[in-house]
Amino acid sequence: MTMTYTRKTILGLTAGLMSMTGLTGIALAQQTTLSLFSPNDQAAVAYTEAMIEAFEAANPDINVEIEVGPGGTERDNMVKSRLATGTMNDVFVYNAGSLFQAINPVQTTVDLTNEPYMADILNSFKQTVTANDGTLRGVPYGQAMGGGVLYNKKIYEELGLSVPMTWDEFMANSAKIQEAGYAPVIQTFGDTWTSQLFILADYFNVQAKNPQFAEMYTRGEAKYANTPAAMAGFQKQADVFNAGYLNEDFGAATLNDGLRMLADGEGAHYPMLTFAVGTIAQDYPELVGDVGFFALPGDDASLNGTTVWMPTALYISANTPNMEAAKKLVEFVASKEGGCDPWVEINAITGPFLIQGCELPADVNPAVADLQTYFTANGRTAPALEFLSPVKGPSLENITVEVGSGIRTPEDAAALYDEDVKKQAQQLGLPGW
Amino acid sequence: MSVTTADSAGALQTTVRKKPIQARYPGWFILPAAVIYSVLFLAPTVSSLYFSLTRWTLFDSVFIGFENFAQFFREPFLVQGLINTVIYAVVTSGMKVVIGMAFAVLLTSNIVARGYLRSVVFFPVLVSTVGVGITFTVLMHPTQGMINETLALFGIKGPGWLTNPSLALYSVALVDVWKGVGLATVIYIAGLVAIPRDYYEAARIDGATPWQNFWYVTLPLSRPATATVIILSFIGGLRTFDLIWAMTKGGPGFASDTVASVIYKQYQAGFYGLSTAGNVVLFVLIAVLVIPLTMILNRRRGHE
Repeated sequence: MTMTYTRKTILGLTAGLMSMTGLTGIALAQQTTLSLFSPNDQAAVAYTEAMIEAFEAANPDINVEIEVGPGGTERDNMVKSRLATGTMNDVFVYNAGSLFQAINPVQTTVDLTNEPYMADILNSFKQTVTANDGTLRGVPYGQAMGGGVLYNKKIYEELGLSVPMTWDEFMANSAKIQEAGYAPVIQTFGDTWTSQLFILADYFNVQAKNPQFAEMYTRGEAKYANTPAAMAGFQKQADVFNAGYLNEDFGAATLNDGLRMLADGEGAHYPMLTFAVGTIAQDYPELVGDVGFFALPGDDASLNGTTVWMPTALYISANTPNMEAAKKLVEFVASKEGGCDPWVEINAITGPFLIQGCELPADVNPAVADLQTYFTANGRTAPALEFLSPVKGPSLENITVEVGSGIRTPEDAAALYDEDVKKQAQQLGLPGW
Repeated sequence: MSVTTADSAGALQTTVRKKPIQARYPGWFILPAAVIYSVLFLAPTVSSLYFSLTRWTLFDSVFIGFENFAQFFREPFLVQGLINTVIYAVVTSGMKVVIGMAFAVLLTSNIVARGYLRSVVFFPVLVSTVGVGITFTVLMHPTQGMINETLALFGIKGPGWLTNPSLALYSVALVDVWKGVGLATVIYIAGLVAIPRDYYEAARIDGATPWQNFWYVTLPLSRPATATVIILSFIGGLRTFDLIWAMTKGGPGFASDTVASVIYKQYQAGFYGLSTAGNVVLFVLIAVLVIPLTMILNRRRGHE
């Protein structure tokens, strides 16, 4: 923490000095320094570096400094406090959807509604960066992701299994996998957020049965505990624990452990987002071909589809002194050259792009190809709940760890989570809570 | 603050001959300290009392009365966290007393390499808590940790030290004792050395066994040291946060949450008003428990 702040102070001082020298030396070439608050995961950092290099080559008068912030809830804190105190970097990368609503975007970010490049951004993304006054505030910083089950294709081939279309088939497959001596389901509670996938990735199935769920949920009318389709996610997580399908060290394993077990074929299923395929591709390039993807199945094979996550977005801080340069950078990220090509260049394709004119390369990893089939079919994708409703409770990951470790029953967990989201809704000042 | 300063400065001029000791320095000597104290301590304390009564997003705040306190006490994990906090404080301070005393007796006796052993016992106190937490998290890994791998050599299947919900809190408490017992030992060594030799001589003349020596001389006469150790480690246990956060983050689930980690989670989630209310509660809780404890300690010192 201290280090980051110190670095930021120095950065701010440097920026200040530079703008001062810039003001005095009119005859010299004007050099603007932009500060970018970047995400910290491996692939995003690699993309950021590649993208900035291309941007600086095209704009020699702009120099971009990258500050890699923390991830998870620590990032939420840092972004909120920097925005509130007016010390945010010129441009920053942060989640779209429910977390975006919590940073008070109308006051803290710059309105991009009338920028010409917005015409090229897909509508499915735009709705996740729309502030409550109807204005657009960000551009995609990455690709859409699927949330579902990453699975080991070799184990499936060896045992002659086929991709499950219902939860019962999933459990039947798992039983056979266990007999063959593999861990059927990988769980990694060392990184607590990974425990939420059974609930969050099940949202396709929730909305397939209750199309109104998101709206009623935001109004405080629908609850997890009294909506059977929403309860099902908690039940699934309890099912795999009760059946003893988990890897032995599920309580302490981390995301990277889980990805290694999946790629190695120690475990067969890993409920996860497809961005993790990028990590597998970097760490185990020879094994990424063995990893496939399927949607978390519901109980009706005719209603099978995957839940989709939107990427994070790039925003301009409302009080940036370098508005012109910041807008140039955002425009670059919203273009094919800045928003898509660098991803292809560093070979971190995890899902479809949200900028028109960007095509996925032909040789994507099998998991991403599997995900593509859901997008090309009709009505087999649905956005995750966090992109449809601002209401998301902060304790979900702790509650799902409890369910996944057999500490709490699914019924109890759903009721507890309903209580947890109430605080969030009240904090946002939503009506009906 | 400044009003008081002016008053005492005025008083200085009129009463300077009568009370030269009370007004040894001009009142404005305390001004720098008073300003720093007001700006950095008093102002935040007062404003936190106000913000604990609001729903606060950092951008704006809505006054909601005591709703935050009601909400905080409704937190399903708060009760568990309170119980855990007390368990943690009692377990760690109890073990530090017993083990610290044992070490101190050992390290004040005539043993080989006494100075070296003393520094070895004290060394963990100097190490960063977060570093200790991360190290022990690795050592306590259920399948690849060194502790369970060592147990496996003897054919014992070690438990999930940090992943078993009924064990996690005690595992962290053990690490806390490992880290903190050195300080307790040093306090006890000072206490034991201060016991006059005469008592031991008298006991020897009466034919006391070593055990009787310890039980009837050492133990009662090291009571001030015991009180200090208990109070220090009890307060430390009540407000413990860093070690728990580094090792379990209150998990698995909510099994090792303490009051401080519950508060921090509210803050992390962006419930700034709620977490401020939690801090007010923690402040009151510590004050209620520690002020009487300190008074008891001081009274005892007065008698001796």
